[in-house]
Amino acid sequence: MEYFLQQLINGLTLGAIYGLIAIGYTMVYGIVGMINFAHGEVYMIGAFVSLIAFTILGTFAFANPVVAILIVLVAAIVFTAAYGWTVERIAYRPLRGSFRLAPLISAIGVSIFLQNYVHLLQGAKMKPLQPVVTGGFVLAQDGGFAVRITYLQIGIVVATVVLMAAFTLLIQKTSLGRAQRACEQDRKMAALLGVNVDRTISITFVMGAALAAVAGLIFTLYYGAVDFFIGFLAGLKAFTAAVLGGIGSLPGAMLGGVLIGLIEAFWSAHFPIAYKDVAVFAILVIVLIFRPTGLLGRPDVEKV
Amino acid sequence: MSALLSIERVKARYGPVEALRGVSLHVDEGEIVALIGANGAGKSTLLMTICGDPRAAEGRVVYAGRDITGAALHEMVDLGIAQSPEGRRIFPRMSVLENLQMGAFKGDPANFQGDLDRIFALFPRLAERRSQRAGTMSGGEQQMLAIGRALMSRPRLLLLDEPSLGLAPLLVAQIFATIREINRERGVTVLLVEQNAYHALRLAHRGYVLVNGEIRMSGEGQKLLDDPDIRKAYLAGGHG
Repeated sequence: MEYFLQQLINGLTLGAIYGLIAIGYTMVYGIVGMINFAHGEVYMIGAFVSLIAFTILGTFAFANPVVAILIVLVAAIVFTAAYGWTVERIAYRPLRGSFRLAPLISAIGVSIFLQNYVHLLQGAKMKPLQPVVTGGFVLAQDGGFAVRITYLQIGIVVATVVLMAAFTLLIQKTSLGRAQRACEQDRKMAALLGVNVDRTISITFVMGAALAAVAGLIFTLYYGAVDFFIGFLAGLKAFTAAVLGGIGSLPGAMLGGVLIGLIEAFWSAHFPIAYKDVAVFAILVIVLIFRPTGLLGRPDVEKV
Repeated sequence: MSALLSIERVKARYGPVEALRGVSLHVDEGEIVALIGANGAGKSTLLMTICGDPRAAEGRVVYAGRDITGAALHEMVDLGIAQSPEGRRIFPRMSVLENLQMGAFKGDPANFQGDLDRIFALFPRLAERRSQRAGTMSGGEQQMLAIGRALMSRPRLLLLDEPSLGLAPLLVAQIFATIREINRERGVTVLLVEQNAYHALRLAHRGYVLVNGEIRMSGEGQKLLDDPDIRKAYLAGGHG
């Protein structure tokens, strides 16, 4: 039981990171209709910006972790969002109106470019970070085994839930969110009503990148080490989460992320850890076969 | 009266097809002008070309004294041009209310509630269904929604594409009465595309007949209605 509880906590934390990245996939897909395969790399850049910002703050011997995290958060969001905006502007917008596969191929190109760009600038080695947030609670004790939840894990889950709720409200209730959904449903009509479609799409990419930046910051804090390759696998898993939850659905992305996190945690606990990724991607295959619209996705049937 | 909208020798292509072959027409401030013609004559293309998509390959579109031939689609609302386009194009996965909110996207939020009440007074059906997903409504209700959405932007020029399409006769009469009301009471200028020539020409001050991308005839609505050629071509089978 205690062991189960511990894996549940670990799985939820991991799932929160996947979920935050998955929202970026799902939003861009929902509104632009393309899979932004460079999104994992944008997340990796968010992690690197966080690491660099922490290192800079560290040289000033910054003591208060909450203030430090807030400063890093702002820096990570600003820089990562700028990357997200630029990628869309350079690699996707010129291909709008082209054939469907063109932006997808371009996205893979951007992904390879960003990996090598960070590789060149930062080197191939793992960059470590001193723990910023330490401590936690012991929830239960059974003989030699203690179920621990760290302050960081609590913070991660709370931040994720808050962001999820804020973005859902934004999309459902604000004028910007309505414009985004209008662009998804009928771009030309949205333009006829005064929506600047190009700008709305740019904002969507910026929002997705901002969430990826938060996920990157969380990763940096949680694992304490970053390299140029972390975006690849995390991006694929977050994409799997988005498909599992139903691509285009925000709550679906979060649910998918949490499920993937839990599957990974529990698989690692009970089966050979080397196969945990196999388990995750097997889920992707199974979902695509039996429920291609995902858990919360809707089939595209409309009365015309 | 001065021309609010004038289209001067406009040519436009829709893919490989030359849909408009040098069309000229004008709409004066406060008028209702009907554009009639058979399927595929280029009526809908003309309305979209006014808004810039497809852009006129030749000729000019002048609105309120300003050349808007090269203006972007999303600038139309700011100019005071609203369109209820071919196929209605309501947002199917949004509620009726959200569709109307989209209509007021560029509007002053202070006007919203008053404008909404007026649309609901015009189309009580929309008030009843305000939270329903627009895609699940009947064709007639979607038509009302498309017109209501266009009105939410407080247009000076309203472009209506086949407002009577697919509607029961009673509803057709109601929609046309509504268009007259909008024109009279709010001074909205209307350019109306219709296959239902009888109703359209009775409503309109003036009309144009579009054949294969060219204006074949024009004149006062009643005069066109009395024209034997038009009667034969567009009014055969009685009162549409």
